[in-house]
Amino acid sequence: MADSVGKVVIPGDVLSEFRASEKTSKVALGPGLRQDGEEVLVTKSGILRHKEPNLYWIDCHQRRYIPAKGEDVIGIVTVKSGDVYRVDIGATQPATLSYLAFEGATKRNRPNVKVGDLVFAKLLVANKDMEPELVCIDSGGHSSGYGVIPANGGFMFHTSLNLVRKMLSPNCDILKFLGKNVPFETAVGVNGRIWVKAKTVKDTIVVANAIASSEHMTNAQIRTMIRQLLDKLSGF
Amino acid sequence: MKEVPMSTCEREFILSAIRDRKRIDGRQTYDYRRLKVAFGMERGCCIVELGDTKVLAQVSGKIEQPKKNRPTEGSIIINLELSPMASPAFEPGRPTESGIEMNRILERNIRDSRAVDTESLCIVAGEKVWCIRADIHVLNDEGNIMDAASIAAITALSHFRRPDVSVMGEEVTVHSPEDRDPVPLSVHHMPVCVTFAFFDQGEFLLVDPTRSEERVMNGRMVVGMNMHREICTLMMSGGMLLVKEQVLRCSQIATVKVAEIIELIQKALDKDAQARQAGEKCGFAESVPSNKITTNKKEPTSVDTTAAAQHASQVIQEAGPVDKPVSNMLVQAPGTVQIGEGLVNTWQVDDEDMESEEDSTKKTATNGREAVAVSKPTERKRPVKTVSHAEDSGSEEEEKVVLYQGDVEMKSTEEPDATTLKQPTSSNSDKPAKKKGKKKKAAQK
Repeated sequence: MADSVGKVVIPGDVLSEFRASEKTSKVALGPGLRQDGEEVLVTKSGILRHKEPNLYWIDCHQRRYIPAKGEDVIGIVTVKSGDVYRVDIGATQPATLSYLAFEGATKRNRPNVKVGDLVFAKLLVANKDMEPELVCIDSGGHSSGYGVIPANGGFMFHTSLNLVRKMLSPNCDILKFLGKNVPFETAVGVNGRIWVKAKTVKDTIVVANAIASSEHMTNAQIRTMIRQLLDKLSGF
Repeated sequence: MKEVPMSTCEREFILSAIRDRKRIDGRQTYDYRRLKVAFGMERGCCIVELGDTKVLAQVSGKIEQPKKNRPTEGSIIINLELSPMASPAFEPGRPTESGIEMNRILERNIRDSRAVDTESLCIVAGEKVWCIRADIHVLNDEGNIMDAASIAAITALSHFRRPDVSVMGEEVTVHSPEDRDPVPLSVHHMPVCVTFAFFDQGEFLLVDPTRSEERVMNGRMVVGMNMHREICTLMMSGGMLLVKEQVLRCSQIATVKVAEIIELIQKALDKDAQARQAGEKCGFAESVPSNKITTNKKEPTSVDTTAAAQHASQVIQEAGPVDKPVSNMLVQAPGTVQIGEGLVNTWQVDDEDMESEEDSTKKTATNGREAVAVSKPTERKRPVKTVSHAEDSGSEEEEKVVLYQGDVEMKSTEEPDATTLKQPTSSNSDKPAKKKGKKKKAAQK
């Protein structure tokens, strides 16, 4: 519905009058929208978004992750069983991670992964009928940033999926502006988990809280919020 | 459903922060999270929020037969519900071990400390007594359910009113609220729990642990205390040993915290009582702030008036010159001018005026739009000008529409129709837009 773009919709709303470009005359329905016969129904409560030429979806405050192939996630190793690790990625099912899917791993040379460790991994298999499968290497066999996240000094927290997507979008300032002022390392999993590590415990807490509170802020608001935080941090 | 497992990374970090005397949410060691007490429409219904932890308590009463060994005492039942709504870790159905433990602490804290007078719940000894039941539902578990539940329970009990009962011989009458005012329970004192979490074998302690801190802690101690510094419950769990000094220190902290909490409860109760007495709106809808975000914030924008201006200039061009109003103008005194004698007078409609109005309409009917265009601005101007006129001279010339000369000249040179069109549209479209922007800002704050 052209006039409800940017407005709040709730499950059960019926949408009509979609705009499509002249070329395709088809409309693509994204997350939160479902076609039921002739009607298009809303299945999530949130804000209806539209992107040219023909894409519609709903932005919502969801925390349950639905795996999608090729996405980067942060998982927690829960069980070591046989030749795979079971990893919790916040989805309905635990994901599997083969011990061979690490850089330089062979049958004899197993990677050092313990239960409770965090892994930054990519989803290799993700469909509704199968267990999701993770890998910590790229197609060339290199780690390229994936692997076990060291537990010394960093902090991992859970946020909504919406915030993560917002952070990763190129026109969001939070990481750029925060990084200019407080040096920190971060790993962002699209399953709503963010790992941060700054020089000190205090800095890490500040960075984590700044990110967690920025969900419903505009870029300008984020900047003022971070400035206030930094002022407090430096003792003004 | 199983709870999300806790990684060693989180565990280590929370512990190292605590060793640094810091907490993840920025609180100090002995700080409580923001505590909020709200009441429902019904008596004996209250929601307690402790940060993100949310607990609802509802008190109800029914008449029952007392126990054989205590024929003159009513009973108090406290029931803590941990539904999966609060946390995925809670299973529906049978209460868990920790659930039973918490329920028992609440019972000890409120019932066994004789906070509510059970003797006064007796109606007919050995036959009929009141049975007061407090159902406590955890709506969201973000740590420290114990404190929130104990606050909710005692607040709901003090908020509750039971129907008045009178006994005439053998006959027992339960009066409706319209008949007789319901009576409050006699609450002797308000015991409240304060939870301490211990880390590193009791070396570090925190007040009001969050969910993540609870998952890391070695053990905890719950101190139930009232305003008079009387300890009603003391419970330690978790496999750790505490030195005597640590226990004493906790009870010292608890006295301070309990005083603060009870003051807050009293304030909330007083405020609700006042609101009810004054007949104001009460209940969750009024007390729970609706900090909802329905759309993204819209910045106040300037309204584009070029289209309206174009339209106005077009109208001016089409309308042609106006000569009629100028001819109708009468100079009464220096500085005052009257337009259209007899044409406009809708204030005090006399027969004479009606006639003259009819006349004038007949006259102006040939001129059509110009005449209508003139009458509009004069009507519009009238209230303002008459006021100023009355202030000036005090004479009762309300039937005459008097304009300042300058105004009239302006009107006559410009096209009146255009101005009347333009002004209201621009002002109407501008103001509400700005107001909306401000409101939204306020809501966000």
